[in-house]
Amino acid sequence: MKKIWAIVWKDIIIELRTKELFSSMFVFALLIILIFSFTFGFSVEFIPVAAPGILWVAFTFAGVLGLSRSFAIEKEWNSILGLLISPIDRSYIFLGKMIGNMIFVFIVEAIILQIFVLFFNYNLFVNLPSLLLVILLGTVGFVSVGTLFSAMAVNTKLREVLLPVLLFPIIVPVIVSSVKLIGVILSGKPIAKAGSSLQILILFDIIFLVICTVIFEYVIEE
Amino acid sequence: MMKTLAGLTFIGMMASLYMAFIYAPTEAVMGHIQRIFYFHMGAVWVATIAFTVVFIASIQYLRRESRFWDILALSSAEIGVLFTTLTIITGSIWAKPVWGTWWTWDPQLTTTFILWILYIAYLMLRSAVSSDVKKAKFAAVFGIIAFIDLPLVYLSVRLMRGISPVVFGGRGGGIAPQMMFTLVVCLITFTLLYVVLLRERMSVEKMKEELARLKLEETT
Amino acid sequence: MESTEFDIIAEGVTKSFGNIQALYGIDLGVRKGEFLTVFGPNGAGKTTLIKLLATLAKPTSGRLIVANHDIKKEPNRVRGLIGVISHEPYLYGNLSALENIRFFASLYGVSQAEEKAVDLIKRVGLESRMHDLVRTFSRGMQQRLAVARAIIHEPKILLLDEPYTGLDQHGGRIFGDLLRWLKSQNRTIIMTTHSLTEGLGISDKVAILDNGKIIYESDADGVEIARFKEIYFEIIKA
Repeated sequence: MKKIWAIVWKDIIIELRTKELFSSMFVFALLIILIFSFTFGFSVEFIPVAAPGILWVAFTFAGVLGLSRSFAIEKEWNSILGLLISPIDRSYIFLGKMIGNMIFVFIVEAIILQIFVLFFNYNLFVNLPSLLLVILLGTVGFVSVGTLFSAMAVNTKLREVLLPVLLFPIIVPVIVSSVKLIGVILSGKPIAKAGSSLQILILFDIIFLVICTVIFEYVIEE
Repeated sequence: MMKTLAGLTFIGMMASLYMAFIYAPTEAVMGHIQRIFYFHMGAVWVATIAFTVVFIASIQYLRRESRFWDILALSSAEIGVLFTTLTIITGSIWAKPVWGTWWTWDPQLTTTFILWILYIAYLMLRSAVSSDVKKAKFAAVFGIIAFIDLPLVYLSVRLMRGISPVVFGGRGGGIAPQMMFTLVVCLITFTLLYVVLLRERMSVEKMKEELARLKLEETT
Repeated sequence: MESTEFDIIAEGVTKSFGNIQALYGIDLGVRKGEFLTVFGPNGAGKTTLIKLLATLAKPTSGRLIVANHDIKKEPNRVRGLIGVISHEPYLYGNLSALENIRFFASLYGVSQAEEKAVDLIKRVGLESRMHDLVRTFSRGMQQRLAVARAIIHEPKILLLDEPYTGLDQHGGRIFGDLLRWLKSQNRTIIMTTHSLTEGLGISDKVAILDNGKIIYESDADGVEIARFKEIYFEIIKA
């Protein structure tokens, strides 16, 4: 739908102008990898086991930063009301916001992957297509719920601080499955070794994409 | 009605205590510590009912927008977090002598822990929203998502190896009938307890709202 | 009331937020092309009334019919037919004036959006700032751009919620000119304000809202400002 794309495009232009989202997400991700490299850096045996976990910590923590900003810009001048008085389905507003968030998070994830390879001197790209697929599925999971929750969090006294509190317990299935899957991919074993992780991940994505899209209107209306 | 329920609950509690500690036979492998399991199961049972009630009340609130459903959800959540805490504590007390550790990351325990966190996040969300209407709406949304999420959490966490407790082996394997009976009595008692606490909490909340409304009328 | 003659009809509209009631049984009718100004002190419910008309909130009870469409049943239809100017501009500070109008035009599915956007921006006197970020605009300029945003889809009906808020003398005068221009195009307009001077000269009808109820309504012809002020203060005191 053109209207959804209009919203995505708007968010991209705003971000290109201010670069707020990006710089904070990037710096934060860098710091996380840095800290982990101090802890694990010199013991090469740990990396294959720890890599999926480190990656997902970096993805989600940096991602949450970006998610918070997404609705903060709508709240700043109450511009969201401009969206609400126009004849656009509330679910389209959600999808527009979510797609915008996914784009930003993907870019940061790509950068994180590169930084990881650099700092840990470890080749992540043994099976690139599978790796990217899992990261894609995992990101869809946490960005969909994250977009919904950030619309709520921005309206609270705690603002951005509340978002991780709400989000992390909910995305446990995403993190557990993705970590397991990436672990299996990096060690070159066939995906079947990860048990039903892939199915669980896909199930989560489908269920919550639908639910969040539908339930968004209750969050956004007066 | 409340008095009858409260009375029945009291009787039920007395009966449960007697049955758990005296009537039920001692478990073959674990010994007396196993007796706490009857209360542990009661707590788990209530934590689960409470969570389901939050879910249903949340859906109904979004559909009807009547205060009743929001008050029900809030009250059930508060009771739920209490009983989840009890679940974890009783579980730990049992675990130490039997598994040799206070805690382990097996699927049931981990899922219970996440449930606990979800309850707390729910209550934190409520306290972070100043507007009454928004508070109810947001909480309802979170309540629905959390409930749907929990089974997925359990499924995903099961991918990790687990030590499932075998808790009711009587002599010759399987649950001894006296144990079953004790368990049932316990579950019924705890259910009654939940209902009693729920009604109490809801009437306190209704009174609070009535008070706030009267104060508002006074000033205008 | 004949719905073909009236663009806006409110029948027994009430609105409660939880335990607080903001509007009690509002009955209102605005004919096509009419300009109604609703006066009222702060907290009277003016913003709530506009919110309901703008489909930002649903009435707790009662019927609200805009351009022959029931707001509860066809909110999206109604949205396409109304323009809203509030005391906040509903614009994006980090987009330029043109980008803002183009964006809203796409939300309304406006054809030839680019030309219309440029035209409107010129019409509201912001041609020289077309590509500047709205963040850099003064309050008066933002409000003018908000007018452009509100009418890009050529709505017959306009809702204004205390639009003069934050405008200085100069800004107020320019906005008043724009308002007269909008009225001359035969649009149906409801404006709320707590300032008596702004609404009287331009309105066809006036009403007073206090404590969620409409307590006075009349045609504006021949109502002098002084006389109306008397009426207003008496009513508010009661």
